[in-house]
Order: sequence, then structure tokens, then C-alpha cells
Amino acid sequence: MRLLSTKATCNSHGQDSSYFLGWQEYEKNPYDEILNPKGIIQMGLAENQLSFDLLESWLAKNPDVSGFKRDGKSIFRELALFQDYHGLSSFKKVMVDFMAEIRGNKVTFDPDHMVLTAGSTSANETLMFCLAEQGDAFLLPTPYYPGFDRDLKWRTGVEIVPIHCSSANNFKITEAALQQAYHEAEKLNLNVKGILVTNPSNPLGTTLSLEELNLLVDFVNGHKNMHLISDEIYSGTVFNSPGFVSVMEVLNNRFSDRDQAIWDRVHVVYSLSKDLGLPGFRVGCIYSENDTVVAAATKMSSFGLVSSQTQYLLSVMLADKKFTRNYLVENQKRLKRRQKMLVSGLMRTGIKCLESNAGLFCWVDMRHLLKSNTFEAEMELWMRIVYDVKLNISPGSSCHCSEPGWFRVCFANMSEETLKLAMKRLKSFVVELSSSSDTDNGENKAHSKRNSLTKWVFRLSSRDHRHRDQEER
Amino acid sequence: MSHQQLLSKIATNDKHGENSPYFDGWKAYDRNPFHSTKNPQGVIQMGLAENQLCFDLIEEWIRNNPKASICTPEGVHQFRDIANFQDYHGLPQFRKGVANFMSKARGGRVKYDPERILMSGGATGANELIMFCLADPGDAFMVPTPYYPAFVRDLGWRTGVQLVPVHCDSSNNFKVTREALEQAYDNAKKSNIDVKGLIITNPSNPLGTTLDEETLKSLVRFINEKNIHLVCDEIYAATVFSAPKFVSVSEVMQEMKCNKELIHIIYSLSKDMGLPGFRVGIVYSYNNDVVSCGRKMSSFGLVSSQTQHFLASLLSDEDFVNKYLETSKKRLAKRHRFFTKGLETVSITCLASNSGLFCWMNLRRLLKEQSFEGEMKLWRVIVDEVKLNVSPGSSFNCSEPGWFRVCFANMDDETVEVALKRIRAFVGRETNDNNNNGKRVEVKRWKSNNNLRLSFNSRRRIKSGYTLPNMYG
Repeated sequence: MRLLSTKATCNSHGQDSSYFLGWQEYEKNPYDEILNPKGIIQMGLAENQLSFDLLESWLAKNPDVSGFKRDGKSIFRELALFQDYHGLSSFKKVMVDFMAEIRGNKVTFDPDHMVLTAGSTSANETLMFCLAEQGDAFLLPTPYYPGFDRDLKWRTGVEIVPIHCSSANNFKITEAALQQAYHEAEKLNLNVKGILVTNPSNPLGTTLSLEELNLLVDFVNGHKNMHLISDEIYSGTVFNSPGFVSVMEVLNNRFSDRDQAIWDRVHVVYSLSKDLGLPGFRVGCIYSENDTVVAAATKMSSFGLVSSQTQYLLSVMLADKKFTRNYLVENQKRLKRRQKMLVSGLMRTGIKCLESNAGLFCWVDMRHLLKSNTFEAEMELWMRIVYDVKLNISPGSSCHCSEPGWFRVCFANMSEETLKLAMKRLKSFVVELSSSSDTDNGENKAHSKRNSLTKWVFRLSSRDHRHRDQEER
Repeated sequence: MSHQQLLSKIATNDKHGENSPYFDGWKAYDRNPFHSTKNPQGVIQMGLAENQLCFDLIEEWIRNNPKASICTPEGVHQFRDIANFQDYHGLPQFRKGVANFMSKARGGRVKYDPERILMSGGATGANELIMFCLADPGDAFMVPTPYYPAFVRDLGWRTGVQLVPVHCDSSNNFKVTREALEQAYDNAKKSNIDVKGLIITNPSNPLGTTLDEETLKSLVRFINEKNIHLVCDEIYAATVFSAPKFVSVSEVMQEMKCNKELIHIIYSLSKDMGLPGFRVGIVYSYNNDVVSCGRKMSSFGLVSSQTQHFLASLLSDEDFVNKYLETSKKRLAKRHRFFTKGLETVSITCLASNSGLFCWMNLRRLLKEQSFEGEMKLWRVIVDEVKLNVSPGSSFNCSEPGWFRVCFANMDDETVEVALKRIRAFVGRETNDNNNNGKRVEVKRWKSNNNLRLSFNSRRRIKSGYTLPNMYG
């Protein structure tokens, strides 16, 4: 008899993906300005480290919240005991306000329709458990966040079928692609329960256009029992026009009658990990107008509640509207500046990025640096960038991109100096690459390293292929 | 539109188990909660196994250790690193602190390896996680009765795992016998149910007793013979307040031949330290594959880094931990003695117990009929008239009617007095009535609009004595 469960012994947790392997290499040799200046610079982690000072100065001005105090009195006991899965109401109130503020107050949210979860990782998995089961599938536009393979599929048994997007139209979702994905799922005998989009997109860094949103809403509305999940985790990172349009805004404008079925089938996921840069605090949420979903998800949140200590801290912080307003504006300014730095730095190296207005990363076009228009060549390039250039960036194949040569490069998780250094390293590499394409010099330098890693690359790319094969079967 | 198809089966079935009377009593309390001055006639909550006896110790520690908070001037320099920390390995200092605490709770007789400590969303999340690692949908885990009602949700709701009860009764103080194990295992086999393991709670909820060494050894022998897993939920380990001392499965493993790969421990700080709001669940496995897989799964319920940081500080304070364990033990012993002595004055006995936050109270002689219907009737009287929320044994799947779990550590001394007074008055009345010429006692009519209605499930449970109606036909 098999000792462990099928889930424990398969690899649908997706952690054999290059996305995670790059992290592992970084862990072995991490860059440090003083201690390890030749180490690998982490550009594969979509963290927002640009605005901690704003949070720290707020804390300095609000000493009560530390030491578990409210109005000078200790509320430790109260917090220590608070495990109500409905969540701290004062916290949910400020969460909905914060979400509304991010949407320019064009949408309002009801705290009773919000379910708190341990990060959006838990929110997304919980939604899958509520909406789908083995034999069902969700359609996701590619490229998408590699973690979705684990979050949506692993323990739920739900499948992901890709909606292929291409650079030909800047990776926008088209009706044709949507239809094709739907038919693909049918061919695989999967019941399509919905579509999940990340808006703003990871890894593209772009906001969905109104056209795309309408397309998605119409598609879901036109199919029985189909849902639309909008993961809006990056909504507060929009730093440029066009602005952010939430799916909820579209619903508000088009379906004033709340009894219409579509209201029961659109759900938003949010988290404070990206906008506020607090991934360690595990603060996520599901927002839905579907009462049954809210009821079921609330019970399921027992498996991953937000620490009461953290709920309390944030309930006070986000209640400070002056602070939140200032934070959002300042944070966006800094992201915009940082993105520009990366884009122009890459430009100087002859590398273009997809034009983006949000997120903590750029979607970088390195197709011209590939030896051939294949994923093998992408892997080879990626490995050189990790091992020779010493930058951990994320290859497009790990995001299930259908075209080789694209990479996600993060810009908000390091200092300006480190970013500049990264650009310098990349420039030298590209220069060397173009000169070595004439001679074989470049080959020799990396030859020995590549030999020992050849096996690993083969394993990687074949694994990725197997991964993709499973979907495209 | 049928909601059954719009949402998943899991979202719309009631395998979350929340229709149990265990939870109904809470609702009665929520509507009319006791307060010594504001609502002295209210319902006293004796259905919640919380440990409120030692908050003063922690509060004092917090006042003296501002560095433990990342919000205080003394601790804010760590804010950004902690806020950013989402590594599913968890903070090393936190894991060390937990390993140390676990060891101390076992008198230092066992050492725990911090590298084997996995986080999860409370013990709720931990129990679900270990099931996902060890069993597939349709597989079964054996569990001795009576058991914690929420096991139905935690072990089976989203995992699809079935519970196979191992019947224990008062004839031998509810000890688990080899015969009962064999019978449960054989019956499962006959019904073509694949048993993957046995889960025990030691110290026991609701019995409040620790497993004696012989029984524990026999359980280990049993699972070794059958090559199935043993999950030991040791969440009440540090609540052992009198002899016999606590013997953990970890200790027994040191003294006998057994396959380590089959042994797993569930732990939490919710009971021993009274911190359910902080959601600190721990999975400790001696199986490397489970550690590896479980660690990935912990992404769905990581402990807030703010909380990890605080606890790392608290638990690394050796003096504090020693003082805490000693004081907690003393106060629990005192409270237990006071409560059980109080019950004895009206000839109410409890199962002799040495741990936990509750007593397993024997009210069989107060039943009008020796049946689960009789138990339910008595329970409703206790909640409605005596105004005490206690938990009926049937909600713990006890095979004998008449037992009730009564919590004693979640209130102050004053409230315990009030509760005892009410019990004494009630028992006095019942006894008097019974003595009056054999006159039939007026039993409160079952009001059909009473919110304490039993769900369909629990009615079925009363008839068959099994939790899931599909068990054994």
C-alpha cells in the first residue's frame, strides 16, 4: 500500500519549476553589497520594498498599537482569544475602505461579503474548493503566475487550461483565444467552471483594458454556471495610465440590478502582500456577492485565518485615512520611477519591455538573444543569466508563456544601487554575447559550468514540457 | 439556477459539521452571554476549551520586552525584514522556540528538531494538512470515541477522508483497547474502506486524560503491524496538571522498535498558551517526505511573521517558559480541584482526569431515559434553564448517552462559583422532583421554533451512533 497520499508524491505543487529553482540558486549565493558583491541578484521575487519607511514612520507616530494596547489599555487577552472566522470587524471595515480607495471610490465593498484568508495563496485555493472540483477546469490567460499551478490545482484536483495570449497584440485576451481554450477544455473532457485573471497582470505588469473586461464578463455571463475570478492583488501598484478598472466597476456600470445572475458569479481576490509590501503577515481576502460562496469560504477560512495580532495592527493603520491616501500616492510615485529606471536601463542594452503601467516587474523581451526560437534556447539563456550574469530572473516558460524569449524581471525588491549594478552586469553580458556570436570565446568560459548543468537543463526543460504536455494533451 | 452545480459539492454539503449541537450551544450563548454585572442571568460559556488562566504572565512579559514587537521603538528596526518574510520554512528562531517549548512540556525527556517543525493555520490547518499528506479522498482514518467534534471538518471536509470510530466506553474509563482497534479496522476492511492511519488526541479531548504508557505502546505496535500511520494530536500536552505524567509518542518511540516514518505529531499554542487568535499550528513528522511535502502545503496557512517574531522572543526566554509551565500547571490543578469538588457536593462525578481544560461529567443518573434523546433533552434544559452551555457527549460521538464536557479554564473564579451554584440548584431540584411520589417530572416541551433545533444530521447520529450516515450501511 502506498505510504503517502497521491498529492504528497506527485509534483503538482509545481515546485520543480524553474521559477522556484532559480530561487534556490539565489539562496545558495545571494548578493550582498558588502558581504557578497559577486553574488546572485534576486530579480525573481515580486516584492515591494520601496515604501517600508512610510510604514515605519507611521508606527513611530502610533505607539499604542504596539504592545497590544488600545487607548492605553492592554487588549492582549482579547486578541489572544479572538479566533472568530468572521474576522475582526474593525479590520474588515478598513480593508473594504482601502480597496475602495484604490479604485478611486468608484466601487464600494460590504465588509460582510469579505472573507479573510492567510494570504491570497489561501484565498485562491479556497475559491477553487468552493467553485470547482476534480474534473473541472479554470481558464487562465498566459503568461500567468507560476504559483497558480500549486494554489489552484494541487490539493483541489482542479485543472488549469491556458488561454493563449501572444506578443502580436501585446498579450491581450481575445475572444478567439477564449473560445479556443474553452474548446480545448472540452476536448480534455473538463468542465469549465470559470476564468481566473490577474488584474493588474502578473507577469505582464499591465492592467486589463475595458474591452478585455467586457469580453470576460460577457463570456462568463453567456455560459451557465461559469465564474470569473479577478485576482486584484496588484491593484494598488498602478502607477501610470491607463488607470485601473476593477471587474466590480464593470459590473456596477453594466448590471445595476443586483438580482442578475452575473453578480453571483464574479469574485475578487485581494491581499496586502504587494500593495503594502507585507507578504509575511499573510493577509488575503475573498470578496464575493454570492452569499453561499461567502458562507462556505468563511468556514474554510478556519484552515488559514489571519493572526488576530496582525488584524489588529492593520485595523489601526488602515483606519488612518491620511496615511493610506499618502501611502498609495507616494508608493505609486516610487514604483513609477523605479520601473522607468529598469526600462531605460534595459533600453540602453538594446532590450525592450512590454509597455507596462503596474506591478513590481517588467515583462522583458529577450527573443533577439535566443540562439533559436525555442524553449530550450530560452532555458539556456536563462541559465547563463543566472550563473554567468548572476541575476535571478524568471523565464517565460515558467509562467506558461506560449512564446519563448520573454522574462519577468522584478524591480521593487532591491535598492537603486543594486538595480543599477544589475543593469551593468546585463549590459556587459549582452555586449559579450554579441561579440561571442562572432567567435567561440564565450562558449569556452561557460563551457565547464554548462557541462555539469546540461543534465539539469535537460531535466528542467523536459519537466516543463511534461508539465505543458499534461495541459495540452 | 441550481446552486449545486454553480458551486462545488464541498461548498454545498454539510460535511463542515457545523450543524452539530456542539455549535448550537454556542449560538445560545452568543445571544445571551453571561456577565457578572451587566448580565448575571446570562448563559455561562462552558463549551469553549480555552485557557484563560495565565494571560497575566504573558502580559507582564510583553511589558518588559518591547523588543518582541516590531511596532515598538525598540523593535521597529526589524519591521521591514519581518514584514517581508514569507519563507515557508518559518523563522529559525521561531521553530527553535517551539521545539524547545515542546521539549519542556515533556519534562525534557524528548528533544525536537526545529527542522521538522512545519507551520499551519492553527491545529485546524495542521490536522487538515497531515490528512492531505497521508490519505487520498475515500481513504479512512480511525479515531477513538469520544472525539473532538470539529475533526469531522478538519480531517474530512475538503480532504474527502472518512472517519472510522474506534468505540470506547466507561466500562474501562474509555481506554482504547486492542479489541476495539481490531474490530474497527476489520469492519472497515470488510466494507472495502482503505484505512490509512489512526489519529489520537493525547491528552484527550474531551476526556481530559492522558494515555498510559502501556496503551500508547500498544497503539504504536498496532499501527506498525498494519503499516498504517499514527497521528498524535498533542495540543493539550502542557495542560497536564497532575499525575500520571504525560507520555508523548515521541518518548515511547525512543523505547521501542517502530517505523518512524509512520509517526506524526500535531501541536499548537492555542491551548497550552491560550493563544488561539494567533493561529499557531504545528505539524511535526518523523517522515522526511511528509516534512518536505507538508512544508510546501504550509503555504496555505503560514503563521504571520509578526506573530512568529513575537513568539520567537517569548519562547526563547528560558526563565519565562519554565515559570509559565509551572504556574499554568498549578492554576489548572487548582481550578480543576475546585470545580470537581463543587460538583461532588451534589454527587456529580467526572471521569478522573489529569489534564485538559475541561471535565468529562457523568450525568447519566439525571437522564429521564437512558438514550441519546434523553441526553438531548437534558442538554436543552441545561442550556435553556440552568443557562450553562455545556457540550453533550453525542456531539463527540460518544457511544454512551449521559456524558457532558464542561470547560473550566475559560472564566474567572467568580463565574465558576456562579456556575456551580446553578448546577447545585438544578441537581437539587431534579433530585427533589424525582423523589416526589414517582410523579412524572414536567419536561420542557420541544418548541418547534426554538433555535436550538437539531439538525437532520445529528438526529441521524443519535439513532446510529455514527457520525457519517454512510458508515457501515
